[in-house]
Amino acid sequence: MRRKYVRALGGVALAAAMVAAVGCQDSGGDDNASGDGTCGGKIAIFGAFTGPNAGLVIPSLNGAKLAVKQHNAENANCQVTMQEFDTQGAAEQATPIANQVAQDQSFTSVIGGHFSGESKATMPTYEAAGLVMVSPSATATELTAAGNKSFHRVVGNDSTQGAAAAVYFKNTLKSQKVFVIDDGSTYGAGIASEVTKGLGSLVVQSDKVQTDQTNFDATISKVKAAQADAIAYAGYTNEAAPLLKQLRAAGVTAKFLGFDGLYDPAFPKGAGAGAEGAIVTCPCLPAAEAGGTFSADFEKEYGEAPGSYGAEGYDAAKVLLDGYKDGKTTRKELLDWVNAYDKQGVSKYIKFTDTGDVDPSKVVIWAYEIKGGAITPQSEIKLS
Amino acid sequence: MTETLRQINERRRHVTGGIGERWRALPKWQRAIGILAFVGFLYYLPLLGIPGLTWFRTDSIPQGNNWAGVLFLCAIYVLVAFGLNIVIGLAGLLDLGYVGFFAVGAYSVALFGSTQSPVVEGLQNRFGLSQDWAVAWAICLPLAILLTMISGVLLGWPTLRLRGDYLAIVTLGFGEIIRIIARNSDWTGGPQGIAAIPGPQGAPSPDNEIFGLIDAKPWYWLVLSVVILMVFAVRRLENSRVGRAWLAIREDEDAAAVMGVSGFKFKLWAFAMGAALGGLSGFLFASRGGFIEPTQFSAQLSILFVAMVVAGGAGNMAGVALGAFLLAYLPERFRDFSQYRTLVFGAALVLVMLFAPQGLIPSRRRARELKDRAKEAPANV
Amino acid sequence: MKGIFVDFDALFGHLGQHTVDGLSKGSIYALVALGYTLVYGVLRLINFAHSEVFMIGTFTVVGTWSVLGATDSPAIGTVILLLLAGLVAAAAVSGATAVAVERVAYRRLRRMNAPPLIFLITAIGLSLVLSEAFGIWQGRLVKGMPTVIERSVLFTIGNTEVTNVQVITVLAALIMMFGLDVFINRTRYGRGVRAVAQDPDTAALMGVNKDRVIALIFLLGGLLAGAAALLYCVRYGNTRFNVGFVLGLKAFTAAVLGGIGNLRGALLGGLLLGVVEVYAATLTSSAWEDVAAFVVLVVVLLFRPTGLLGESLGRARA
Repeated sequence: MRRKYVRALGGVALAAAMVAAVGCQDSGGDDNASGDGTCGGKIAIFGAFTGPNAGLVIPSLNGAKLAVKQHNAENANCQVTMQEFDTQGAAEQATPIANQVAQDQSFTSVIGGHFSGESKATMPTYEAAGLVMVSPSATATELTAAGNKSFHRVVGNDSTQGAAAAVYFKNTLKSQKVFVIDDGSTYGAGIASEVTKGLGSLVVQSDKVQTDQTNFDATISKVKAAQADAIAYAGYTNEAAPLLKQLRAAGVTAKFLGFDGLYDPAFPKGAGAGAEGAIVTCPCLPAAEAGGTFSADFEKEYGEAPGSYGAEGYDAAKVLLDGYKDGKTTRKELLDWVNAYDKQGVSKYIKFTDTGDVDPSKVVIWAYEIKGGAITPQSEIKLS
Repeated sequence: MTETLRQINERRRHVTGGIGERWRALPKWQRAIGILAFVGFLYYLPLLGIPGLTWFRTDSIPQGNNWAGVLFLCAIYVLVAFGLNIVIGLAGLLDLGYVGFFAVGAYSVALFGSTQSPVVEGLQNRFGLSQDWAVAWAICLPLAILLTMISGVLLGWPTLRLRGDYLAIVTLGFGEIIRIIARNSDWTGGPQGIAAIPGPQGAPSPDNEIFGLIDAKPWYWLVLSVVILMVFAVRRLENSRVGRAWLAIREDEDAAAVMGVSGFKFKLWAFAMGAALGGLSGFLFASRGGFIEPTQFSAQLSILFVAMVVAGGAGNMAGVALGAFLLAYLPERFRDFSQYRTLVFGAALVLVMLFAPQGLIPSRRRARELKDRAKEAPANV
Repeated sequence: MKGIFVDFDALFGHLGQHTVDGLSKGSIYALVALGYTLVYGVLRLINFAHSEVFMIGTFTVVGTWSVLGATDSPAIGTVILLLLAGLVAAAAVSGATAVAVERVAYRRLRRMNAPPLIFLITAIGLSLVLSEAFGIWQGRLVKGMPTVIERSVLFTIGNTEVTNVQVITVLAALIMMFGLDVFINRTRYGRGVRAVAQDPDTAALMGVNKDRVIALIFLLGGLLAGAAALLYCVRYGNTRFNVGFVLGLKAFTAAVLGGIGNLRGALLGGLLLGVVEVYAATLTSSAWEDVAAFVVLVVVLLFRPTGLLGESLGRARA
C-alpha cells in the first residue's frame, strides 16, 4: 500500500516540476535586439554549402564573407555577424532552418536562398517573420511572380537568361535544330521553358533527365535521331557532366550550351575533354569586369578568382551591410532599407523593382566558354 | 566484439522484458494514471524545460528553435508508421512504396486546397469561380483519405495476388511512379511543386494566429491528438473480425482460406486502411509545410518508413511508434554530424536487426512466431 | 513540350538504332541482375546490398586506372592491360565485398531462420553504410574517368550504327552469362548450388556444406557485379557514390521480369528492360522510362506470376 502512495506522490511532484518548467522555457523567442542606439546585427546565410552542387554556391558564400569581413574591419562600432546554414540545396532541409532563423529574433536579415527550389519553399516563412531575403543566385522567374514581400535578388531572372541564350543560339551559333534537355528541377524546368519560348520553331525535340541519373542512353539515342546541331541543357553539373561526356563518346558533335547552373569548376572537370568548347551562359559578371577592387580582394583572400556568383554574393551582403551601417537594426527597418536600395554594386547597378527583381535593364548576361578545362569569359550577350 | 555486443543485448532484453511484465501486472487504475501522465507529458514536450532533459531538445542556434518542428515531424512519422504497421505488421504484406500514399495525401490537399494549383485554376475557369476560390481545408481532409484509399485499392487489386517478394518490388515501383507523375505532369505543378497549401485557418499567411508558418507547437498538438485518436481506432481494428482475419492470413494463408477467410479481400482491406492513414499523414504534412515538391517523396523515404516499422517492432503499436520517433528524431538531434548521419543510421539499422530481429519493442505474438521459425531451422546449418 | 505526348515518328524512324542502344544498356542490367537472381534462387531473399557491391566495383576500376595512369584513348596494348587490370581488381574487390556482406548481415539471421523482411532491413542498412562511406570518402559529386576505349562505328545497317563499345558490352554479358550457366549446370560446385536451392535441409544431410555454397553464390554474384562495373565504366565513363541505387533497382526489376532465380531469365529480363526503357524514352521523354519499366513489370507479372521464364535455379533444369 505504501508504495502506491510514494508512486502517486512522485507523479504529482513530476507534474509540478513540469508545470514550473513551462514558465522558464520558450520565453527567449521574443525581442531583445531592438534599436536603442546599438548598431550591427546578425545575418543568416543559407544554401548548398555541401553536396554535389556546392561548387556553384561556395564562391557566393565567400563573396558574402568577404563583404562582412571588410565591413567589420571598417566599422569597429557596428559589428555584423553572419551565420551559415547548409541546406545541401534541398527544400526539405531549408524549411526547418527557416523556422529556426525566423524564431531567433537576433537574426535581422537573410542572404539566400541560393537555389530556386529552397527559396520557394522558405519564402512564406521568412515573409511571415518579416525577414528580408536577398538572394545572390536564385533565378527562377516564378519566385518574384507570387507577390512575396520579403524576397529580393541581385541577379537577373531566368526569363532574361533564357531569352539571351535564345539570342546566342540564333546569332552566334547560327543553330538550326536545338535539342532542349532539362533535369526536371524547379530551376531546370523553368529555364528550359523560357529558352524553348525564345527559340520557337528552332527547337527540334526535348527531353527530361532525372536527378542522380548516370546513364543517358535514351536521351543520347533521341539526340542522335533528331540530328540536332545544338543542345541546350538546363540543370546542374551532377547530371550535365556525365551526360556531356557520354554524348561526346557516342559521337554527338552538336554544340553544347548550359546555363548558370553549370557555372561550376566541377563541370569541366567532370565532363573531361568532352567539355571543351561548351558554352555556359550566366547572369553573372566575369571577375575582371567587376567594379572596384572586388576581384583583387577576393583573390587575395581566397587565393582564387571569384567563380560563379562571387560578385553577386558580395553584393547581396553589401546591400544588407549598408543598411546595418546606416543604423538599421530591426527586421522591419532592414526590409524597408532593401526595398529603397539604389546604388552601384560590384556586379551591376542595384535597385529593386516592386516584385523584388533587380532592375531588368541593369542585368547583364555573359557567355562563357570552356577552354582547356577552365570557364573563360567569351562575350556579353546583348539582348536585341 | 560481437560477443560483448551479444552480452549487452542479452542484458537489455532481460531489463526491458522485465519492464513489460511488471507493467502488465499493475492494477488497471495505476496503468490508467500512468498512461494519462505519459500523454500529458507528450503534450508538454514542445515546452520541455526540465533541467537535464533539455539536452534532448534539438536547438542548434541559441534562441530560435525547431524543437516543436522536429516533434511535429516525429508525430507525422508515428502516424505513417501506424498506417504501414497495418500493412506490414498486421497483414504481413511488404510494401516498399508507402511513400506513394503519403504523396497522394499531400497532393490531395495541395491540388484541391491551394489557389496556386493547376487543378483549382482549372476548376475556377470551368465554373467561373473567383480567383480566391479553393476547396476548404476541412473538405480536403476526407477527400485526401478517400483518394488515398482509392489509390490503395487500385494498387492492391492487380498486385495483391502476387507473392510477397514480387509485391515488394511492385509497390516500390508504385511509389516511384507517383513521384514521377507528380514531377512530370502539368496538372501537378511539375517539379516546381505547389505552394500556398491551406491549413485549418485557410491559406498560409502571416495573419494566421494559431496554425501559422513559424510556430510549430499548435501543429504538433494537432497531429499528436490525431495520433492518440488513431491509437484507439487501430486497436479496435486489430481486435475486430478484420484484425483477426489479418492475423490468420499472416500466419498461414492457406489455413485461413480453408477456414473461409478470403485472403485477397482482407489484404485489400489492409492496403486500403494502411493507405488511408498514410494519406492522412501526408495531408497533415503538406498543410504544415505549405509547400510540397516531388523530391520530398523519394524512394528513400519509403525505405525509411519500412525501417521504422521493422526496427521498432512490426505488429506492436508502441514499438512502431518508438521506431518512428527514433528514426525521425535522432538525425535531427545529431544534425552536427550531418556528414555521418546516414552512415550511422545504416549501421544502427543493421545492429538492431541482427540483435533484436523482432524490433525494439516486439509484438508478443510476432516474437512467438519468430521463435517457432528458429526452432524449425535445422540444427546443423 | 510538357506532359505526355507520344512521338511515333521518333521511335519508328530509328527503330534499329534505339534497339541497339537499348540492348547494350540492358546487358549491364542483366549482369547485375544475375547477382540478385543467384542469391534469390538459393536463399529466397532480396540482397538489397548487391547494388553497393556493384558501386564498389566501379570505384575499384577508377582507382586501378588512376594508379596505372590511364589516359583518354591509349594504345591498343595499354587498352587490353587496363581492361584486364580493371576486371581483375573490380571482380576481386566486389567478390570480397559480397562475401563480407553475407558474413556480416545475413549469416546470423540465417541461423535464426528469420523472416525475409528482417534480411531486407539489414541489407538496406548495410547498403546505406557502404554508399555513405564512399560518399564521405570519395565526395558526392559525379566522378569522371578516362575514356579508355575510343568509340568507333563497327558497321552500319540502314540508319543503324553499331559501335565497338556496344558490341563489347553485349558480347561480354553473353559470355559471362553462358559461363555462369555452364558452371551452375555442369560442375560439381554448381550441383551443390542447385541442391541447396532445391532443398537446403536435404542437401545438408547429403553432405553439402551449406555455408560454403552460400558464400560461393555471393562470391559469384560479386564477381559478376565487378565485371558489370568494368563494362559500366567503359561505357559510361563516370560513377558516383549512389550509382548503385537506381541501377540496382532496375537490375532487380529485370531479374523479376525474367523470372527471379532463373539465370537465363535475368539475361532476357535485363535486355528487355533496356529496350523498353529506350523505346519509352523515345516515345515520350526520358522522365517516363521508369514508369514504362514498372508498368511492363506489373503487366508481365499479372499474366505470368513467376516472370517470363519462371523461377528455376534448382527446379526446372536440375
